[in-house]
Amino acid sequence: MMRQYKEKENVQKKPYYSDRFWVAPQVPKFDVQSDTVFAQDLAVLKEKFEIVDAYIQQGQMIVYINSNDNVDVLTTLRDELSYNFLSEHSAIDWLAKRGEFEIFYQMLSTGKRKRIRIKCFIKERETLKSVTGVYKSADWAEREMYDMFGVIISGHHYMKRLLMPDDWYDHPLRKTYPLHGDEAAQWYEIDKIFGKEYRDIIGPEERDAARIDVDDTHRFSHIHHEVPFGAPVSHEKTATDYQEEGGVFIVKKLKKEDAKILKERP
Amino acid sequence: MAQHKINYLQEAGLPVALTTVDKLVQWGRSNSLWPLTYGLACCAIEMMATGASRYDFDRFGTIFRASPRQADVIVIAGTLTKKHAPFMRRLYDQMAEPKWVISMGSCANTGGMFNTYATVQGADRIVPVDIYLPGCAPRPETLQYALMLLQKKIRTESASYKLQPKRLV
Amino acid sequence: MQKVNRLKPFFENLVFEREDNHMIVNFGPQHPSSHGQLRLILELDGELVTKSTPDIGYLHRGMEKMAENMIYNEFLPTTDRMDYIAASANNYGFALAVETLIGLDVPRRAKVIRMMLLELNRISSHLFWLATHALDVGAMTIFLYAFREREYTLDLIEDYCGARLTHSSVRIGGVPLDLPKGWIDGLNKFINHLPIDIGDYEGLLDQNRIWKMRLENVGKITPEQAQSWGLSGPMLRGSGIAWDIRKEEPYELYDEVEFDVPVSTTCDSYGRYKLHMEEMRQSIRILKQLIPMYEQTSPEIMAHAPQYISAPKEQIMTQNYSLMQHFVLVTQGMRPPVGDVYVPTESPKGELGFYINSQGNPYPYRVKLRTPSFFHTAFLQELLVGEYLADVVAIIGNANIVFGEIDR
Repeated sequence: MMRQYKEKENVQKKPYYSDRFWVAPQVPKFDVQSDTVFAQDLAVLKEKFEIVDAYIQQGQMIVYINSNDNVDVLTTLRDELSYNFLSEHSAIDWLAKRGEFEIFYQMLSTGKRKRIRIKCFIKERETLKSVTGVYKSADWAEREMYDMFGVIISGHHYMKRLLMPDDWYDHPLRKTYPLHGDEAAQWYEIDKIFGKEYRDIIGPEERDAARIDVDDTHRFSHIHHEVPFGAPVSHEKTATDYQEEGGVFIVKKLKKEDAKILKERP
Repeated sequence: MAQHKINYLQEAGLPVALTTVDKLVQWGRSNSLWPLTYGLACCAIEMMATGASRYDFDRFGTIFRASPRQADVIVIAGTLTKKHAPFMRRLYDQMAEPKWVISMGSCANTGGMFNTYATVQGADRIVPVDIYLPGCAPRPETLQYALMLLQKKIRTESASYKLQPKRLV
Repeated sequence: MQKVNRLKPFFENLVFEREDNHMIVNFGPQHPSSHGQLRLILELDGELVTKSTPDIGYLHRGMEKMAENMIYNEFLPTTDRMDYIAASANNYGFALAVETLIGLDVPRRAKVIRMMLLELNRISSHLFWLATHALDVGAMTIFLYAFREREYTLDLIEDYCGARLTHSSVRIGGVPLDLPKGWIDGLNKFINHLPIDIGDYEGLLDQNRIWKMRLENVGKITPEQAQSWGLSGPMLRGSGIAWDIRKEEPYELYDEVEFDVPVSTTCDSYGRYKLHMEEMRQSIRILKQLIPMYEQTSPEIMAHAPQYISAPKEQIMTQNYSLMQHFVLVTQGMRPPVGDVYVPTESPKGELGFYINSQGNPYPYRVKLRTPSFFHTAFLQELLVGEYLADVVAIIGNANIVFGEIDR
């Protein structure tokens, strides 16, 4: 039997059914000139930088710029156009399709009550200039982006992994990284705590959430049939009362008929 | 025979209690279980609620202790991630024998809904667990019940707590 | 048979011995007042903090990766576990982002119920903040009192959706249930009593010498810092910038209710404490206005959009086409339009934004969760410098960080 071919570039879950004739609708795009504030902002940007594309979607302007302009564009936005917040900054993995990352900067101007999104593309091995000098909120956003995607940032003061441990292998949010993790991830805690030779003793992870094995007393006990760890399965019902019959020393056993049930909260 | 002779065997009339050392020691242990303040995620909030005014954990003799050296039981309350796992094991090792582990919530039991690269798929891969507590997040009543079950388990154990060959290490 | 313990020390990259007089203190990741799993590496000169390096990721559970492998409705319960103090706020943020993506309008009754849940969550979150913050500073009494009131909010939410902590009380396109019978009475009882309780807390804390000494002029945030570090919510308003997304970019029916946005100009922890208390009062005010609004609405609670949202249960059970649609939506999931949206909402902690990039598939191509606590924790690098070691815990408590949403 031949092994089933699986795509390596994108290991994310896929819809099992797709209609060949289905054309997905688009989120409507509007011309920038339809909003005066955005039109002025774009005019200022266009004077200084090359703008690849710009449009309005869902009330927010989206501007595509060249990736090496990012620091200057953000400086202009902050100093001249009063976009005082960088609320979010991250990447999208398009490596399989286009061989590049899409970087977005989500900005907010509290004075104008406007949000714009600056976007650019960089190749996998290209470096992106750090914008921590303009907005400090980019500090951790860039570290997280490096951690999750492996986007290389130049000029950051402390470029280390943020969320994953330092000795983690690979970048988890890439499409080539499986949800359950690669081999290094699956044995990470065992290797770290007990050592590699304990992999056989402890065994692989149970990744199937739906698997139920009533005969396995090494993990959970079958409810109402609890047995000690590793003992064979018992078919006799065990008492699940938390107190022995007759109570323990000093403490009386609470019986249901003695319990006082309140109808309403006092 | 004197009619006023006290019946020593009547309830609450017993000046001398006869019991085994085992039972006495384990009774003492089971009624003053001190958990470690060890909150990981959502379940830790329910653990705090258990300790707070309405549910009042203190009536079981449980007082949260901030140091593993003073704790008898560790409640793994929340998702145990791979980055955190060495710390968890370290805290468990720092606790003095005898010690017990309650795994609170689905995440600590099996990884729960977080079937991902970053989550330990069951705290029992790292430390031996005594009580598994289902739910996401379990209600405070569930934690209280788990503690009472643990008390019962302790009462049935032998007082000379030797290091039993538990599953891990 | 006991075997050798193979656990190696984890402080692999820390040098505790130093040439100069400075001292390195490792705080966390498991510390009773670190509000989760925050690890701080503090450099001390005497008792003054000269450098702080927060280390996070101890609760990173890979939610963004999960979102890419789930249909939209499946991901909704996962958002509960982000900010687990106010779970409905996260559900709502995600539902609103998907609704914006597919361009859906929600029935008015659903909007009112959502706002009630959001405000109840805000009260519950602020009460929790007060309880834990006070506990960190040393006021155990407040912890017990605030948790008592918090239980009442949880009772109300539990009456509605059946869960205390992880609510999943909002659906994409509306809410799953109408309010149960007698719920409004319970809410009325609660919001009539809560101002008295808030007065009690303020009576205990406002002029309390210890409380004032621990909070006043501690953790000062200038407006410039707040803007540069991307702070939001009470942390931003606590530094004198009046920015509340509910007011400035109103969603749901926030433009129809009257409420004030409290701002503190003292920029310190004490000002933020007063601000939290005032926000609870404003939430009560909103809830009071919502009760008559609820009674005026018609009973629809889910939007009608057969392409994206299942029909009501009776319709599924009686009409063949609705059943087929429901089957497709459950097994395959909805297919929203191609495009990307960023939708911010004002969660109790600050600006909670969902960035969704959809390629027309049932699985989102990329979901980025913009959480307020993430940026607040990043700010600890600068905020803690120049403070005393004893104040570190007070500042962390005051920043109202929740690790579920920092590490995601």
